[in-house]
Amino acid sequence: MTEGAREAMIQLEKLSRIYPVGDTEVHALENITLAISAGEYISLMGPSGSGKSTLLNMLGLLDRPTQGIYRLEGRDTQGLDELERARLRRERIGFVFQAFHLLPRLTAFENAALPMMLAGTPAGKRRALVTEALAAVGLSDRAHHLPNQLSGGQRQRVAIARAIVMRPALLLADEPTGNLDSRSGSEVIQLLETLNQSGITLIIVTHDPDIGSRAQRRIVLHDGRIVEDRVA
Amino acid sequence: MLAKDLMTFTWRALTTSRLRSVLVVGAAAIGVAAVVILTALGEGARQYILGEFSSLGSELLIVLPGKTEKGGGPPGMIFETERDLTIEDTVALHRLPHIKAVSPLSVGAIDMSFGAHSRAAMLLGSDASLLETRNLKMGRGSFLPSLDLNKAKPVVVIGTTLAHDLFGNASPIGQWVRLGDRRFRVIGELAEQGTSLGQNLDEAAIVPVASAQALFNNPALFRILIKVDNRSRLHKVEASVRRVLTQLHQGIEDFTLITQDAVLSTFDQIFKVLTLSVGGIAAISLLVAGIIIMNVMLVSVSQRREEIGLLMAIGAPPALILRLFLLESLLIGVFGAIVGSLVGRFGVWVIAKIYPSFPVATPLWAYLAAASTALGAGMLFGWLPARRAAQLDPVRALTGR
Repeated sequence: MTEGAREAMIQLEKLSRIYPVGDTEVHALENITLAISAGEYISLMGPSGSGKSTLLNMLGLLDRPTQGIYRLEGRDTQGLDELERARLRRERIGFVFQAFHLLPRLTAFENAALPMMLAGTPAGKRRALVTEALAAVGLSDRAHHLPNQLSGGQRQRVAIARAIVMRPALLLADEPTGNLDSRSGSEVIQLLETLNQSGITLIIVTHDPDIGSRAQRRIVLHDGRIVEDRVA
Repeated sequence: MLAKDLMTFTWRALTTSRLRSVLVVGAAAIGVAAVVILTALGEGARQYILGEFSSLGSELLIVLPGKTEKGGGPPGMIFETERDLTIEDTVALHRLPHIKAVSPLSVGAIDMSFGAHSRAAMLLGSDASLLETRNLKMGRGSFLPSLDLNKAKPVVVIGTTLAHDLFGNASPIGQWVRLGDRRFRVIGELAEQGTSLGQNLDEAAIVPVASAQALFNNPALFRILIKVDNRSRLHKVEASVRRVLTQLHQGIEDFTLITQDAVLSTFDQIFKVLTLSVGGIAAISLLVAGIIIMNVMLVSVSQRREEIGLLMAIGAPPALILRLFLLESLLIGVFGAIVGSLVGRFGVWVIAKIYPSFPVATPLWAYLAAASTALGAGMLFGWLPARRAAQLDPVRALTGR
């Protein structure tokens, strides 16, 4: 186990996240210890307020733990400044949100290109890689549509193209089908699974047991603690 | 992020939410335009008053009968005149060096009539030199002839308003008019002069000084106007005038000498207050402009916390986000300053069209101050909320918590 832990892509040790609410404290995450290897397909499940989204945000460096250690690819993220955290988010992590979070003024192509634009990739190289990413999500013919000209499923696929365009090692999806009908939802899940099969580590937060049960490894949280961690 | 992408991204942000951009740019523009127009008005008022006093002519020395009391009592009180100013005084002053012209001046109201038309006029008694001392321009005919000052002659030169009232559009030259109980021949008409030294010369009738004294039955002069040949000798001439007149008046200085400089320095205090008022108007306009810009920027940036959160989540460091919003605020400020300056210039142009005699001009400092306030306020209040959002953990900016 120690050997395996050293090779793990993600390592959490006694990680806690405490929010002060009024006079009391809410333990969103409590003493989470977890190791995730590269290429895994994991579902994070649990009732509302169980801490599954907080855990995902923690893994995506969108939030900071109150206590404990988070090692990403062997690096302790504790000592990183905001610039380095931003760099890791840009280069190693892709994020897919329930509400898509596309910029409405940019076309599908431009939305997908946004991380490369922020990274300062020259336009020529960007064009090739974004075109490739849009092809991977099956939206080559919608590249120049604005988000409001696309269906919900198509918007989520643009968001996925944006998440993978920098070729990250880790893909985090927070209720990616929450705002979609079941058909578009299952298309999106299939797309994410395809990406996982090509090597990317995939972690999906969901409360839908049908989706959760498709993952090879299921982690269930309750009141900020892991109550089940099972490999199918 | 590449400079070109930074520009494109910001430009798209401005052009797609057109209403918001128009509102912010409009707010900045209103502020800038207000400063430009208000300072133009304030500066115009200052210039106008300054112009009124400058029209005295800087080479002019004016002698008044009576002495302004400088000791006790309320300032500006004139003592009972010991001796009047007379034609003899005027003649004596002629002999002084460095003098271009000396004009005696007696003033009074009189009825002037031509045929059935009659009206009140201001009668000025002087001589040919008045053309020089008061910088008069002739419309038609000729001015008073050079005469011995003690010699009366029934000729009159009239102002344009007076000419129009009595003769309509016909030429008054050569016509005989009645002034009081005497008849005078009109030999000239002044060009339009406007008001100066508190007298509206367009309503004046000018006759030889001896004729005026006869009409008024009073040998006392109202003023003596002295024009110096060179401005730099003004004080020297002032001293010799004082000496000569005191001598003529049996050693008593019972007259007052004033120069434009003296008048201007008396009004120095007024100019200071006026300048401060212009500055105050500008400062208030700038403050209002700044507050408008602050509010619109605070609201518009706060509305975009979600966008800031997303940019952070996909890897934009806080410094880059600040740069994006600063650039956007800068563009808004620049457009606001340009549009506002143009609107302000247009407003000033309209005012100048409506009141052509009022000198409106925005001083350069007002443009600079207004533009830098628009830029400064825009950037500061675009930067503050963006910085607050960028300091949050991305998840909070993203969810608006």
